[in-house]
Amino acid sequence: MQLITCPWCGPREELEFHHGGQAHVAYPPTPSELTDEQWAHYVFFRDNPKGPRAERWNHSAGCRRWFNALRDTVTYRFLAVYPVGAARPDVTEARS
Amino acid sequence: MSTTDLPEHPDFLWHRPEPRRSYDVVIIGGGGHGLATAHYLVRNHGITNVAVLEKGWLAGGNMARNTTLIRSNYLWDESAAIYEHSLKLWEGLEEDLDYPILFSQRGVLNLAHTEQDVRDSVRRVEANKLNGIDAEWLGPDDVAKLCPILNVSDDIRYPVQGATYQPRAGIAKHDYVAWGFARRADQGGVDLIQDCEVLGFRTEGSRDDGTARVTGVRTSRGDIGCGQVALCAAGHTSTLLEALEVAAPLQSHPLQALVSELLEPVHPTIVMSNAVHVYVSQAHKGELVMGAGVDAYNGYGQRGAFHVIERQMAAAVELFPIFARAHLLRSWAGIVDVTPDASPIVGRTPYSNVVLNCGWGTGGFKSTPGLGWCLAHTIATGELHPYIAPFSLDRFVTGALVDEHGAAGVAH
Repeated sequence: MQLITCPWCGPREELEFHHGGQAHVAYPPTPSELTDEQWAHYVFFRDNPKGPRAERWNHSAGCRRWFNALRDTVTYRFLAVYPVGAARPDVTEARS
Repeated sequence: MSTTDLPEHPDFLWHRPEPRRSYDVVIIGGGGHGLATAHYLVRNHGITNVAVLEKGWLAGGNMARNTTLIRSNYLWDESAAIYEHSLKLWEGLEEDLDYPILFSQRGVLNLAHTEQDVRDSVRRVEANKLNGIDAEWLGPDDVAKLCPILNVSDDIRYPVQGATYQPRAGIAKHDYVAWGFARRADQGGVDLIQDCEVLGFRTEGSRDDGTARVTGVRTSRGDIGCGQVALCAAGHTSTLLEALEVAAPLQSHPLQALVSELLEPVHPTIVMSNAVHVYVSQAHKGELVMGAGVDAYNGYGQRGAFHVIERQMAAAVELFPIFARAHLLRSWAGIVDVTPDASPIVGRTPYSNVVLNCGWGTGGFKSTPGLGWCLAHTIATGELHPYIAPFSLDRFVTGALVDEHGAAGVAH
Protein backbone atom coordinates (compact mmCIF):
# COMPACT_ATOMS: atom_id res chain seq x y z
CA MET A 1 0.00 0.00 0.00
CA GLN A 2 1.33 3.41 -0.82
CA LEU A 3 1.12 6.68 1.04
CA ILE A 4 -0.76 9.56 -0.50
CA THR A 5 0.02 13.08 0.68
CA CYS A 6 -3.16 14.93 1.54
CA PRO A 7 -2.46 18.68 1.16
CA TRP A 8 -4.08 19.28 4.55
CA CYS A 9 -3.33 16.12 6.57
CA GLY A 10 0.02 14.99 5.21
CA PRO A 11 0.94 11.45 4.18
CA ARG A 12 -1.76 8.86 4.86
CA GLU A 13 -2.47 5.33 3.68
CA GLU A 14 -4.02 4.89 0.24
CA LEU A 15 -7.02 3.19 1.89
CA GLU A 16 -8.22 6.52 3.28
CA PHE A 17 -8.63 8.05 -0.16
CA HIS A 18 -11.23 7.92 -2.87
CA HIS A 19 -10.31 8.29 -6.53
CA GLY A 20 -12.58 10.82 -8.25
CA GLY A 21 -11.62 10.52 -11.90
CA GLN A 22 -10.14 13.02 -14.32
CA ALA A 23 -9.51 16.55 -13.05
CA HIS A 24 -10.14 19.83 -14.86
CA VAL A 25 -13.41 18.73 -16.52
CA ALA A 26 -15.41 21.94 -16.45
CA TYR A 27 -19.19 22.11 -16.68
CA PRO A 28 -20.10 23.44 -20.13
CA PRO A 29 -20.46 27.23 -19.99
CA THR A 30 -23.40 27.23 -22.40
CA PRO A 31 -25.11 23.89 -21.86
CA SER A 32 -28.22 24.72 -23.88
CA GLU A 33 -26.13 25.15 -27.02
CA LEU A 34 -24.43 21.75 -26.87
CA THR A 35 -25.05 19.12 -29.53
CA ASP A 36 -25.77 15.51 -28.51
CA GLU A 37 -22.22 14.65 -29.42
CA GLN A 38 -20.79 17.40 -27.22
CA TRP A 39 -22.99 16.28 -24.33
CA ALA A 40 -21.83 12.70 -24.80
CA HIS A 41 -18.24 13.86 -24.57
CA TYR A 42 -18.91 15.88 -21.44
CA VAL A 43 -20.80 13.06 -19.71
CA PHE A 44 -18.99 9.91 -20.79
CA PHE A 45 -15.62 10.62 -22.37
CA ARG A 46 -12.56 10.96 -20.15
CA ASP A 47 -8.90 10.82 -21.01
CA ASN A 48 -7.07 7.54 -20.42
CA PRO A 49 -3.36 8.29 -20.79
CA LYS A 50 -0.53 5.89 -20.21
CA GLY A 51 1.67 8.13 -18.04
CA PRO A 52 1.01 11.30 -16.01
CA ARG A 53 -2.67 12.08 -15.47
CA ALA A 54 -4.38 14.90 -13.57
CA GLU A 55 -7.01 13.43 -11.24
CA ARG A 56 -9.40 14.39 -8.48
CA TRP A 57 -8.91 12.68 -5.14
CA ASN A 58 -10.88 12.87 -1.92
CA HIS A 59 -9.47 12.21 1.53
CA SER A 60 -12.71 10.41 2.31
CA ALA A 61 -11.66 8.73 5.58
CA GLY A 62 -9.81 11.81 6.82
CA CYS A 63 -10.56 15.49 6.34
CA ARG A 64 -13.04 14.63 3.55
CA ARG A 65 -11.70 17.40 1.37
CA TRP A 66 -11.08 17.21 -2.35
CA PHE A 67 -7.77 17.93 -4.00
CA ASN A 68 -6.11 17.33 -7.34
CA ALA A 69 -3.15 15.09 -7.98
CA LEU A 70 -0.85 14.36 -10.85
CA ARG A 71 -0.28 10.62 -10.89
CA ASP A 72 1.61 8.33 -13.26
CA THR A 73 -0.74 5.57 -14.46
CA VAL A 74 2.15 3.19 -15.19
CA THR A 75 4.15 3.46 -11.96
CA TYR A 76 1.11 4.61 -9.90
CA ARG A 77 3.39 7.18 -8.22
CA PHE A 78 1.96 10.54 -7.23
CA LEU A 79 4.01 13.24 -8.93
CA ALA A 80 2.31 16.22 -7.30
CA VAL A 81 -0.75 17.19 -5.26
CA TYR A 82 -2.34 20.61 -5.66
CA PRO A 83 -5.53 22.47 -4.72
CA VAL A 84 -8.73 22.27 -6.71
CA GLY A 85 -8.85 25.27 -9.02
CA ALA A 86 -5.08 25.54 -9.43
CA ALA A 87 -3.46 24.85 -12.79
CA ARG A 88 -1.97 21.46 -13.53
CA PRO A 89 1.65 21.51 -12.34
CA ASP A 90 4.37 20.99 -14.89
CA VAL A 91 5.86 17.80 -13.42
CA THR A 92 6.70 14.65 -15.33
CA GLU A 93 8.73 12.71 -12.76
CA ALA A 94 8.49 12.02 -9.05
CA ARG A 95 10.61 14.36 -6.99
CA SER A 96 11.87 11.95 -4.33
CA MET B 1 -9.34 -35.20 -12.94
CA SER B 2 -5.99 -36.93 -13.07
CA THR B 3 -2.83 -35.48 -14.51
CA THR B 4 -2.98 -37.98 -17.38
CA ASP B 5 -5.80 -35.89 -18.82
CA LEU B 6 -3.46 -32.96 -19.32
CA PRO B 7 -1.85 -32.83 -22.75
CA GLU B 8 1.89 -32.78 -23.16
CA HIS B 9 3.33 -29.34 -23.62
CA PRO B 10 4.00 -29.22 -27.34
CA ASP B 11 7.17 -27.83 -28.90
CA PHE B 12 5.81 -25.82 -31.77
CA LEU B 13 2.16 -24.99 -32.31
CA TRP B 14 2.82 -22.04 -34.59
CA HIS B 15 5.66 -20.48 -36.57
CA ARG B 16 7.47 -17.21 -35.95
CA PRO B 17 7.32 -15.61 -39.39
CA GLU B 18 8.95 -12.36 -40.44
CA PRO B 19 6.27 -9.80 -41.22
CA ARG B 20 5.46 -9.45 -44.91
CA ARG B 21 5.07 -6.03 -46.51
CA SER B 22 1.31 -6.12 -46.47
CA TYR B 23 -1.73 -8.20 -45.58
CA ASP B 24 -5.41 -8.14 -46.48
CA VAL B 25 -6.25 -7.99 -42.78
CA VAL B 26 -4.03 -6.82 -39.93
CA ILE B 27 -5.28 -7.67 -36.44
CA ILE B 28 -3.64 -5.65 -33.66
CA GLY B 29 -3.46 -7.66 -30.46
CA GLY B 30 -2.48 -11.32 -30.19
CA GLY B 31 -4.74 -12.20 -27.30
CA GLY B 32 -7.83 -14.36 -27.32
CA HIS B 33 -9.97 -11.97 -29.33
CA GLY B 34 -7.33 -11.33 -32.00
CA LEU B 35 -6.52 -15.02 -32.39
CA ALA B 36 -10.18 -16.04 -32.47
CA THR B 37 -10.91 -13.40 -35.11
CA ALA B 38 -8.04 -14.74 -37.22
CA HIS B 39 -9.31 -18.30 -36.81
CA TYR B 40 -12.84 -17.48 -37.92
CA LEU B 41 -11.59 -15.36 -40.83
CA VAL B 42 -9.93 -18.52 -42.12
CA ARG B 43 -12.58 -21.02 -41.09
CA ASN B 44 -15.78 -19.16 -41.98
CA HIS B 45 -14.67 -16.86 -44.76
CA GLY B 46 -11.56 -18.36 -46.36
CA ILE B 47 -9.55 -15.18 -45.73
CA THR B 48 -6.00 -16.29 -45.03
CA ASN B 49 -3.78 -13.33 -45.92
CA VAL B 50 -3.95 -12.19 -42.31
CA ALA B 51 -1.42 -11.02 -39.72
CA VAL B 52 -1.90 -10.87 -35.97
CA LEU B 53 0.48 -8.34 -34.41
CA GLU B 54 1.39 -8.80 -30.76
CA LYS B 55 3.68 -6.40 -28.91
CA GLY B 56 4.69 -8.98 -26.31
CA TRP B 57 4.28 -12.72 -26.51
CA LEU B 58 1.19 -14.44 -27.83
CA ALA B 59 -1.71 -14.43 -25.38
CA GLY B 60 0.47 -12.99 -22.62
CA GLY B 61 -1.84 -10.13 -21.62
CA ASN B 62 -5.30 -10.58 -20.19
CA MET B 63 -5.61 -13.96 -21.91
CA ALA B 64 -2.96 -15.24 -19.49
CA ARG B 65 -4.37 -13.38 -16.51
CA ASN B 66 -8.13 -13.90 -16.45
CA THR B 67 -10.08 -16.23 -14.19
CA THR B 68 -11.56 -18.23 -17.14
CA LEU B 69 -15.23 -17.95 -16.20
CA ILE B 70 -17.62 -18.63 -19.05
CA ARG B 71 -21.32 -17.88 -18.74
CA SER B 72 -24.11 -16.15 -20.63
CA ASN B 73 -26.65 -15.18 -17.93
CA TYR B 74 -26.72 -11.48 -18.73
CA LEU B 75 -29.82 -9.35 -18.24
CA TRP B 76 -30.25 -7.44 -21.48
CA ASP B 77 -31.17 -9.02 -24.81
CA GLU B 78 -28.15 -7.51 -26.57
CA SER B 79 -25.68 -8.99 -24.10
CA ALA B 80 -27.51 -12.29 -23.81
CA ALA B 81 -27.38 -12.72 -27.60
CA ILE B 82 -23.64 -12.40 -28.01
CA TYR B 83 -22.64 -14.19 -24.80
CA GLU B 84 -25.01 -17.08 -25.54
CA HIS B 85 -23.69 -17.27 -29.09
CA SER B 86 -20.24 -17.46 -27.54
CA LEU B 87 -21.24 -20.12 -25.02
CA LYS B 88 -22.64 -22.31 -27.82
CA LEU B 89 -19.34 -21.97 -29.66
CA TRP B 90 -17.47 -22.92 -26.47
CA GLU B 91 -19.55 -26.10 -26.35
CA GLY B 92 -18.15 -27.19 -29.72
CA LEU B 93 -14.78 -25.49 -29.57
CA GLU B 94 -12.67 -28.51 -28.72
CA GLU B 95 -13.83 -30.29 -31.90
CA ASP B 96 -13.52 -27.14 -33.96
CA LEU B 97 -9.95 -26.48 -32.85
CA ASP B 98 -9.07 -30.17 -32.63
CA TYR B 99 -7.28 -29.30 -29.44
CA PRO B 100 -8.13 -29.97 -25.78
CA ILE B 101 -9.23 -26.84 -23.92
CA LEU B 102 -10.55 -28.53 -20.75
CA PHE B 103 -13.93 -26.83 -21.02
CA SER B 104 -15.79 -27.94 -17.93
CA GLN B 105 -19.45 -26.96 -17.62
CA ARG B 106 -19.70 -27.03 -13.87
CA GLY B 107 -22.29 -24.25 -13.54
CA VAL B 108 -22.18 -20.82 -11.94
CA LEU B 109 -23.94 -19.54 -8.84
CA ASN B 110 -24.43 -15.77 -8.64
CA LEU B 111 -25.21 -15.11 -4.99
CA ALA B 112 -27.84 -12.72 -3.68
CA HIS B 113 -27.23 -11.19 -0.25
CA THR B 114 -29.98 -8.60 0.09
CA GLU B 115 -33.65 -8.32 -0.77
CA GLN B 116 -32.77 -6.08 -3.69
CA ASP B 117 -30.20 -8.67 -4.85
CA VAL B 118 -32.96 -11.29 -4.73
CA ARG B 119 -35.37 -9.18 -6.79
CA ASP B 120 -32.69 -8.34 -9.37
CA SER B 121 -31.58 -11.96 -9.56
CA VAL B 122 -35.07 -13.36 -10.08
CA ARG B 123 -35.67 -10.73 -12.74
CA ARG B 124 -32.45 -11.76 -14.50
CA VAL B 125 -33.41 -15.45 -14.33
CA GLU B 126 -36.73 -14.71 -16.02
CA ALA B 127 -35.04 -12.52 -18.64
CA ASN B 128 -32.55 -15.32 -19.32
CA LYS B 129 -35.34 -17.86 -19.78
CA LEU B 130 -37.07 -15.60 -22.30
CA ASN B 131 -33.81 -15.52 -24.23
CA GLY B 132 -33.51 -19.31 -24.20
CA ILE B 133 -30.67 -19.30 -21.69
CA ASP B 134 -30.62 -21.92 -18.96
CA ALA B 135 -31.19 -20.22 -15.63
CA GLU B 136 -32.90 -20.95 -12.36
CA TRP B 137 -33.38 -19.34 -8.98
CA LEU B 138 -32.23 -21.37 -5.97
CA GLY B 139 -32.94 -20.81 -2.28
CA PRO B 140 -30.15 -21.11 0.30
CA ASP B 141 -30.79 -24.82 0.91
CA ASP B 142 -30.48 -25.68 -2.76
CA VAL B 143 -27.39 -23.50 -3.00
CA ALA B 144 -25.84 -25.48 -0.15
CA LYS B 145 -26.65 -28.76 -1.91
CA LEU B 146 -24.82 -27.61 -5.03
CA CYS B 147 -21.87 -26.16 -3.17
CA PRO B 148 -21.58 -27.72 0.31
CA ILE B 149 -18.52 -25.68 1.31
CA LEU B 150 -20.41 -22.40 0.95
CA ASN B 151 -21.51 -20.84 4.24
CA VAL B 152 -25.26 -20.26 3.88
CA SER B 153 -25.91 -19.74 7.59
CA ASP B 154 -27.49 -16.46 8.64
CA ASP B 155 -24.80 -15.47 11.13
CA ILE B 156 -22.46 -13.86 8.62
CA ARG B 157 -22.31 -10.18 7.70
CA TYR B 158 -24.16 -10.62 4.40
CA PRO B 159 -26.06 -13.93 4.57
CA VAL B 160 -26.69 -15.82 1.34
CA GLN B 161 -30.37 -15.38 0.50
CA GLY B 162 -30.24 -17.49 -2.62
CA ALA B 163 -28.53 -17.55 -5.98
CA THR B 164 -29.11 -17.70 -9.68
CA TYR B 165 -27.75 -20.84 -11.29
CA GLN B 166 -26.66 -21.39 -14.86
CA PRO B 167 -25.74 -25.08 -15.24
CA ARG B 168 -24.07 -24.67 -18.67
CA ALA B 169 -21.57 -22.11 -17.40
CA GLY B 170 -18.05 -23.30 -16.81
CA ILE B 171 -14.32 -22.79 -16.98
CA ALA B 172 -11.67 -23.63 -19.56
CA LYS B 173 -7.90 -23.78 -19.57
CA HIS B 174 -7.12 -20.30 -20.88
CA ASP B 175 -3.65 -21.07 -22.23
CA TYR B 176 -4.90 -24.10 -24.17
CA VAL B 177 -7.68 -21.97 -25.64
CA ALA B 178 -5.14 -19.45 -26.89
CA TRP B 179 -2.82 -22.17 -28.17
CA GLY B 180 -5.69 -23.94 -29.90
CA PHE B 181 -6.76 -20.79 -31.72
CA ALA B 182 -3.16 -19.86 -32.55
CA ARG B 183 -2.38 -23.32 -33.91
CA ARG B 184 -5.49 -23.37 -36.08
CA ALA B 185 -4.89 -19.86 -37.40
CA ASP B 186 -1.26 -20.70 -38.15
CA GLN B 187 -2.31 -23.86 -39.99
CA GLY B 188 -4.71 -21.76 -42.01
CA GLY B 189 -1.93 -19.47 -43.20
CA VAL B 190 -2.21 -16.61 -40.72
CA ASP B 191 1.08 -14.93 -39.70
CA LEU B 192 1.31 -14.63 -35.92
CA ILE B 193 3.92 -11.93 -35.36
CA GLN B 194 5.18 -11.46 -31.81
CA ASP B 195 7.46 -8.73 -30.38
CA CYS B 196 5.78 -6.38 -32.81
CA GLU B 197 4.46 -3.22 -31.21
CA VAL B 198 2.21 -0.90 -33.20
CA LEU B 199 3.59 2.64 -32.99
CA GLY B 200 1.28 4.48 -35.35
CA PHE B 201 -0.72 4.42 -38.54
CA ARG B 202 -0.43 5.63 -42.14
CA THR B 203 -3.69 7.19 -43.19
CA GLU B 204 -5.19 8.76 -46.29
CA GLY B 205 -8.40 10.56 -47.19
CA SER B 206 -10.52 12.82 -45.06
CA ARG B 207 -12.75 12.05 -42.10
CA ASP B 208 -15.04 14.88 -43.13
CA ASP B 209 -16.22 13.22 -46.34
CA GLY B 210 -15.94 9.63 -45.10
CA THR B 211 -12.97 8.70 -47.29
CA ALA B 212 -10.50 8.24 -44.42
CA ARG B 213 -8.65 4.93 -44.47
CA VAL B 214 -5.65 3.38 -42.78
CA THR B 215 -3.21 2.24 -45.45
CA GLY B 216 -0.53 0.87 -43.18
CA VAL B 217 0.55 0.17 -39.66
CA ARG B 218 3.85 1.47 -38.27
CA THR B 219 5.39 -1.13 -36.03
CA SER B 220 8.59 -1.79 -34.12
CA ARG B 221 9.37 -4.27 -36.92
CA GLY B 222 8.73 -1.91 -39.81
CA ASP B 223 5.73 -0.67 -41.73
CA ILE B 224 3.07 -3.17 -42.71
CA GLY B 225 0.48 -2.36 -45.35
CA CYS B 226 -3.09 -3.40 -44.73
CA GLY B 227 -6.40 -3.82 -46.50
CA GLN B 228 -8.33 -3.80 -43.24
CA VAL B 229 -7.41 -3.34 -39.59
CA ALA B 230 -9.02 -4.80 -36.49
CA LEU B 231 -8.13 -3.32 -33.09
CA CYS B 232 -8.13 -6.03 -30.42
CA ALA B 233 -5.80 -4.48 -27.84
CA ALA B 234 -8.04 -4.52 -24.74
CA GLY B 235 -6.53 -2.33 -21.99
CA HIS B 236 -4.12 -0.65 -24.39
CA THR B 237 -6.76 0.36 -26.95
CA SER B 238 -6.72 3.98 -25.82
CA THR B 239 -3.10 4.45 -26.90
CA LEU B 240 -3.92 3.09 -30.37
CA LEU B 241 -7.00 5.26 -30.66
CA GLU B 242 -4.94 8.27 -29.61
CA ALA B 243 -2.66 7.65 -32.58
CA LEU B 244 -5.78 7.56 -34.79
CA GLU B 245 -7.23 10.64 -33.08
CA VAL B 246 -10.42 8.78 -32.23
CA ALA B 247 -12.03 9.31 -28.81
CA ALA B 248 -13.65 6.43 -26.96
CA PRO B 249 -15.02 6.42 -23.41
CA LEU B 250 -12.54 3.86 -22.09
CA GLN B 251 -10.81 3.77 -18.72
CA SER B 252 -8.01 1.27 -18.18
CA HIS B 253 -7.91 -0.25 -14.72
CA PRO B 254 -5.83 -2.96 -13.06
CA LEU B 255 -7.91 -6.08 -12.34
CA GLN B 256 -6.32 -8.47 -9.90
CA ALA B 257 -6.69 -12.20 -9.54
CA LEU B 258 -4.93 -14.80 -7.47
CA VAL B 259 -4.57 -18.51 -6.90
CA SER B 260 -4.08 -20.68 -3.85
CA GLU B 261 -1.70 -23.59 -3.62
CA LEU B 262 -2.93 -26.85 -5.19
CA LEU B 263 -5.69 -28.43 -3.14
CA GLU B 264 -7.84 -31.55 -3.33
CA PRO B 265 -11.08 -30.98 -5.27
CA VAL B 266 -13.39 -29.22 -2.81
CA HIS B 267 -15.25 -26.72 -4.93
CA PRO B 268 -17.66 -28.30 -7.44
CA THR B 269 -18.94 -25.20 -9.22
CA ILE B 270 -18.27 -21.47 -9.70
CA VAL B 271 -19.46 -19.01 -7.09
CA MET B 272 -19.71 -15.29 -7.77
CA SER B 273 -20.82 -12.59 -5.40
CA ASN B 274 -21.02 -9.05 -6.64
CA ALA B 275 -22.20 -7.72 -3.30
CA VAL B 276 -19.17 -8.84 -1.29
CA HIS B 277 -16.88 -8.73 -4.29
CA VAL B 278 -15.38 -12.11 -4.87
CA TYR B 279 -15.63 -14.97 -7.31
CA VAL B 280 -14.13 -18.40 -6.90
CA SER B 281 -13.65 -21.53 -8.91
CA GLN B 282 -11.21 -24.41 -8.62
CA ALA B 283 -8.94 -25.04 -11.56
CA HIS B 284 -8.33 -28.50 -12.96
CA LYS B 285 -4.94 -28.74 -11.27
CA GLY B 286 -6.48 -27.84 -7.92
CA GLU B 287 -5.75 -24.14 -7.34
CA LEU B 288 -8.58 -22.03 -6.04
CA VAL B 289 -8.85 -19.21 -8.58
CA MET B 290 -10.23 -15.96 -7.24
CA GLY B 291 -10.88 -12.49 -8.51
CA ALA B 292 -12.61 -9.34 -7.37
CA GLY B 293 -13.50 -5.96 -8.76
CA VAL B 294 -11.08 -3.60 -10.48
CA ASP B 295 -8.72 -1.33 -8.58
CA ALA B 296 -10.42 2.06 -8.30
CA TYR B 297 -7.84 4.17 -10.10
CA ASN B 298 -6.71 4.04 -13.72
CA GLY B 299 -3.57 2.01 -14.25
CA TYR B 300 -1.45 0.43 -16.94
CA GLY B 301 1.06 -1.21 -14.57
CA GLN B 302 -0.28 -4.79 -14.63
CA ARG B 303 -0.28 -4.80 -10.84
CA GLY B 304 -2.75 -3.61 -8.26
CA ALA B 305 -2.99 -2.52 -4.65
CA PHE B 306 -2.72 -5.01 -1.81
CA HIS B 307 -5.74 -3.77 0.13
CA VAL B 308 -8.00 -4.84 -2.76
CA ILE B 309 -6.81 -8.41 -2.37
CA GLU B 310 -7.07 -8.21 1.40
CA ARG B 311 -10.76 -7.29 1.21
CA GLN B 312 -11.39 -9.94 -1.40
CA MET B 313 -9.83 -12.57 0.87
CA ALA B 314 -11.96 -11.40 3.79
CA ALA B 315 -15.08 -11.93 1.68
CA ALA B 316 -13.87 -15.31 0.45
CA VAL B 317 -13.14 -16.63 3.93
CA GLU B 318 -16.50 -15.42 5.20
CA LEU B 319 -18.30 -17.27 2.42
CA PHE B 320 -15.99 -20.29 2.45
CA PRO B 321 -14.73 -20.89 6.01
CA ILE B 322 -12.82 -23.93 4.71
CA PHE B 323 -10.46 -21.56 2.84
CA ALA B 324 -9.21 -19.95 6.05
CA ARG B 325 -6.00 -21.98 6.14
CA ALA B 326 -5.30 -22.11 2.42
CA HIS B 327 -2.21 -20.25 1.30
CA LEU B 328 -2.15 -17.67 -1.42
CA LEU B 329 0.33 -18.84 -4.02
CA ARG B 330 0.53 -15.83 -6.29
CA SER B 331 -1.43 -12.81 -7.43
CA TRP B 332 -1.23 -10.66 -10.52
CA ALA B 333 -3.16 -8.06 -12.47
CA GLY B 334 -4.26 -7.46 -16.03
CA ILE B 335 -5.26 -4.17 -17.58
CA VAL B 336 -8.94 -4.07 -18.41
CA ASP B 337 -10.68 -1.35 -20.42
CA VAL B 338 -13.92 -0.36 -18.75
CA THR B 339 -16.78 1.56 -20.38
CA PRO B 340 -19.48 3.74 -18.77
CA ASP B 341 -22.22 1.12 -19.29
CA ALA B 342 -20.04 -1.96 -18.63
CA SER B 343 -20.68 -3.22 -22.15
CA PRO B 344 -18.10 -3.59 -24.91
CA ILE B 345 -17.51 -1.19 -27.79
CA VAL B 346 -17.40 -3.05 -31.09
CA GLY B 347 -17.96 -1.73 -34.57
CA ARG B 348 -16.98 0.95 -36.99
CA THR B 349 -14.58 3.87 -36.62
CA PRO B 350 -14.19 7.09 -38.62
CA TYR B 351 -11.79 5.08 -40.83
CA SER B 352 -13.74 2.97 -43.31
CA ASN B 353 -11.37 -0.01 -43.10
CA VAL B 354 -10.78 -0.08 -39.33
CA VAL B 355 -13.02 -2.05 -36.97
CA LEU B 356 -12.86 -1.46 -33.25
CA ASN B 357 -13.15 -4.13 -30.57
CA CYS B 358 -12.59 -3.02 -26.99
CA GLY B 359 -14.27 -2.19 -23.71
CA TRP B 360 -14.90 -5.79 -22.66
CA GLY B 361 -13.69 -4.72 -19.26
CA THR B 362 -13.57 -7.61 -16.85
CA GLY B 363 -15.52 -10.05 -19.05
CA GLY B 364 -13.63 -10.55 -22.28
CA PHE B 365 -12.50 -14.16 -21.94
CA LYS B 366 -15.96 -15.72 -22.10
CA SER B 367 -16.73 -13.82 -25.27
CA THR B 368 -13.59 -14.99 -27.09
CA PRO B 369 -15.14 -17.34 -29.68
CA GLY B 370 -18.37 -15.35 -30.03
CA LEU B 371 -16.61 -12.06 -30.61
CA GLY B 372 -14.10 -13.64 -32.97
CA TRP B 373 -16.93 -15.10 -35.03
CA CYS B 374 -18.83 -11.78 -35.26
CA LEU B 375 -15.76 -9.62 -35.89
CA ALA B 376 -14.57 -11.95 -38.65
CA HIS B 377 -18.03 -11.73 -40.22
CA THR B 378 -17.89 -7.92 -40.08
CA ILE B 379 -14.42 -7.79 -41.64
CA ALA B 380 -15.24 -10.32 -44.35
CA THR B 381 -18.66 -9.05 -45.41
CA GLY B 382 -18.44 -5.35 -44.58
CA GLU B 383 -21.71 -5.69 -42.67
CA LEU B 384 -21.86 -5.43 -38.88
CA HIS B 385 -22.83 -8.80 -37.46
CA PRO B 386 -26.24 -8.38 -35.76
CA TYR B 387 -24.84 -9.56 -32.43
CA ILE B 388 -22.28 -6.75 -32.27
CA ALA B 389 -24.38 -4.01 -33.90
CA PRO B 390 -25.86 -2.80 -30.56
CA PHE B 391 -22.37 -2.17 -29.17
CA SER B 392 -21.28 0.62 -31.49
CA LEU B 393 -19.31 3.64 -30.28
CA ASP B 394 -22.13 6.04 -31.21
CA ARG B 395 -24.44 4.62 -28.53
CA PHE B 396 -22.90 7.11 -26.11
CA VAL B 397 -24.26 9.89 -28.33
CA THR B 398 -27.64 8.32 -29.13
CA GLY B 399 -28.16 7.17 -25.55
CA ALA B 400 -28.87 3.56 -26.55
CA LEU B 401 -26.68 2.20 -23.75
CA VAL B 402 -26.58 -1.48 -22.83
CA ASP B 403 -26.41 -0.95 -19.11
CA GLU B 404 -25.06 -4.15 -17.62
CA HIS B 405 -23.77 -2.56 -14.41
CA GLY B 406 -26.75 -3.63 -12.39
CA ALA B 407 -27.16 -6.92 -14.17
CA ALA B 408 -23.67 -8.28 -14.32
CA GLY B 409 -22.26 -6.22 -11.51
CA VAL B 410 -18.63 -5.33 -11.41
CA ALA B 411 -17.44 -8.90 -11.40
CA HIS B 412 -17.60 -10.82 -14.61
